[in-house]
Amino acid sequence: MSLILSPNFHEPGRHFFRAYGPGDEFYEALIEMHRDLSDEQSALVNARLILLLANHIGDLSVLRDALRIAREGVF
Amino acid sequence: MLSTYRYPKYDYLPPPELTSKSQRRYPLVVVGAGPVGLCAAIDLALQGLPVLLLDEDDTVSVGSRGVCYAKRTLEILDRLGVGDAVVSKGVSWNIGRTFYRNEEVYHFNLLPQPDHKRPGMINLQQYYLEEYLIARARQFTHLDIRFKNRVVFIDPRPDGVLLHVETPDGAYSLEADWVIAADGAKSSIRKMMNLDVEGKVFLDRFLIADVVMKADFPAERWFWFDPPFHPGQSVLLHRQADNVWRIDFQLGWQADPEEEKKPEKVIPRIRAMLGDEREFELEWVSVYTFQCRRMSKFRHGRVLFVGDAAHQVSPFGARGANSGIQDTDNLCWKLKLVIDGKAPDRLLDSYSDERIFAADENIMNSTRSTDFITPKSRTSLTFRNAVLTLARHHPFARALVNSGRLSVPAFLVASTLNTPDQESFAGEMIPGAPMDDAPLKVDGKPAWLLDQVGNRFVVLHYAADPQQIDATMRHEIQQLALDAIPIEVLLVTPAASGTAHGLRVLEDYSGRYAERYDARPGTTYLIRPDQHVAARWRAFDAASIRAATMRATANLS
Ligand SMILES: Cc1cc2nc3c(=O)[nH]c(=O)nc-3n(C[C@H](O)[C@H](O)[C@H](O)COP(=O)(O)OP(=O)(O)OC[C@H]3O[C@@H](n4cnc5c(N)ncnc54)[C@H](O)[C@@H]3O)c2cc1C
Repeated sequence: MSLILSPNFHEPGRHFFRAYGPGDEFYEALIEMHRDLSDEQSALVNARLILLLANHIGDLSVLRDALRIAREGVF
Repeated sequence: MLSTYRYPKYDYLPPPELTSKSQRRYPLVVVGAGPVGLCAAIDLALQGLPVLLLDEDDTVSVGSRGVCYAKRTLEILDRLGVGDAVVSKGVSWNIGRTFYRNEEVYHFNLLPQPDHKRPGMINLQQYYLEEYLIARARQFTHLDIRFKNRVVFIDPRPDGVLLHVETPDGAYSLEADWVIAADGAKSSIRKMMNLDVEGKVFLDRFLIADVVMKADFPAERWFWFDPPFHPGQSVLLHRQADNVWRIDFQLGWQADPEEEKKPEKVIPRIRAMLGDEREFELEWVSVYTFQCRRMSKFRHGRVLFVGDAAHQVSPFGARGANSGIQDTDNLCWKLKLVIDGKAPDRLLDSYSDERIFAADENIMNSTRSTDFITPKSRTSLTFRNAVLTLARHHPFARALVNSGRLSVPAFLVASTLNTPDQESFAGEMIPGAPMDDAPLKVDGKPAWLLDQVGNRFVVLHYAADPQQIDATMRHEIQQLALDAIPIEVLLVTPAASGTAHGLRVLEDYSGRYAERYDARPGTTYLIRPDQHVAARWRAFDAASIRAATMRATANLS
């Protein structure tokens, strides 16, 4: 499998009437997770999150793609 | 005051109570002639009810307020008879573009489906909308609008509501069976009844400038994150009627509103944005803060709260007046049935339930937009900029760019008025759905589906050949029209041929109806007076239609 770059947020058993619904829901939860954390704590939580998701994806070729794209344009 | 608009001044007439010194009782009083109160009054007048509309002022909305009116609102305005006036004066648009610093990162189309009568959105200054609504309201002899009549006291009792009203000629009191409180965000009725409205205030300020200029920018919504001409903040540009452009500058919480409103502060901001050569004139400038909040219930006995009085949202998404007008769309037919004794008054609780469901969706979406546009922490800002930098190349990130999710109607899926499906259907027109439009022909002439329904219960029955409708079914159709709550059956057919024994036929010549409603011969929809789906079946059955109508009017306990 290759890295998915088209919109992919969804939840089994739920229908979203608006295309932006699931993405916005994720984004809200993501920002909410950081609520009341210091910048340092947030950085730690973000790192932990990346590790969790990376392990879930597992496939190193997909992860390498993501690492490359994340770094692109950031100097 | 404005160079492009003259505020009308409506005549105040001394109310009859002051001359006759008698207290009268009215079936229906609407307090507040903003866009929402006006829509309520017109809708109720259309239903044949006598309406008294009170407003403390004698003109339309002053200054920069609502701009964007959404497709669903335009459809309601069509039903109220002002759609054409509003759409022809307004600027229609469907495309919104989002820029990050110098570059466009994303654009959206509000109307991804073709073949709808109305565009995704129009832009029109709120004062025009109100002026057209007042002109429409004045066409009804049984709609009495009293300007310069301010409600100063309310006593809600189980059997009626007592109001005290102040006028330039003195005060009077009246009784009402029902009161619709459309008196805006600072609702004095809400305060006098000691009712709370809860939610949050956003700690940010926005400079709203209306500017007159000749510019050939396309009729699109343009939104900038962190543009070079206003670093670190957001800016929004909209075209309105009469070459008036609306510009919103995010200022941050620290900004001094009085200072920021001064032309010597505003003009350089606009120059930086437009470039130095362009000529423009300031029409109106104000500084706003916004909040997202709602009352815990919109019905309090005989007092029904609508519009800003009941709920407020931040403007990113244009959900204020739009959702308020949708409140009245939901409420008025229910109130008519209750007043006529054809439905129990608990039907009005479904107004509160359904519109709270919608208000929560509106508040959720405008809160999410506000949080994206004005990040509250460093981490939140980092995520936002991460989305914006990825969006240029990667579609998934584009979908996350939230510069305002514009007003769309709620799917009332949780409503107890819906009859759940027993059969399977594809598509979105589930019970509780606001109807999708479709182009049709009626008597050979082009027409729109939404113009054929509304104001009454309607059944849409899809038939391959209306001439095949047998005598038994024709008889049932006639009987449904004679019920206490009349139900009008319309036949939808792929190709009309000849007559259909006096039945009304809608020709789905484009196939859009069949596609959007997953219709095949036999498919039958029950439509509420507010153009929402109440129930649907794969075959016509009068008993099921009646039962669903009873449920949709809270007549089943
Ligand atoms: C900058 C800005 C941009 C906006 N943009 C949009 C947009 O693009 N789209 C959108 O849909 N919405 C928008 N809104 C929101 C929109 O303006 C409001 O949601 C809308 O005006 C609410 O209508 P209303 O009739 O409920 O209340 P109001 O318009 O506030 O009307 C209330 C009426 O009640 C009267 N009144 C008050 N108290 C009394 C009393 N005691 N007795 C008698 N009369 C009384 C007042 O005179 C007034 O006429 C915007 C708002 C702002 C500030």
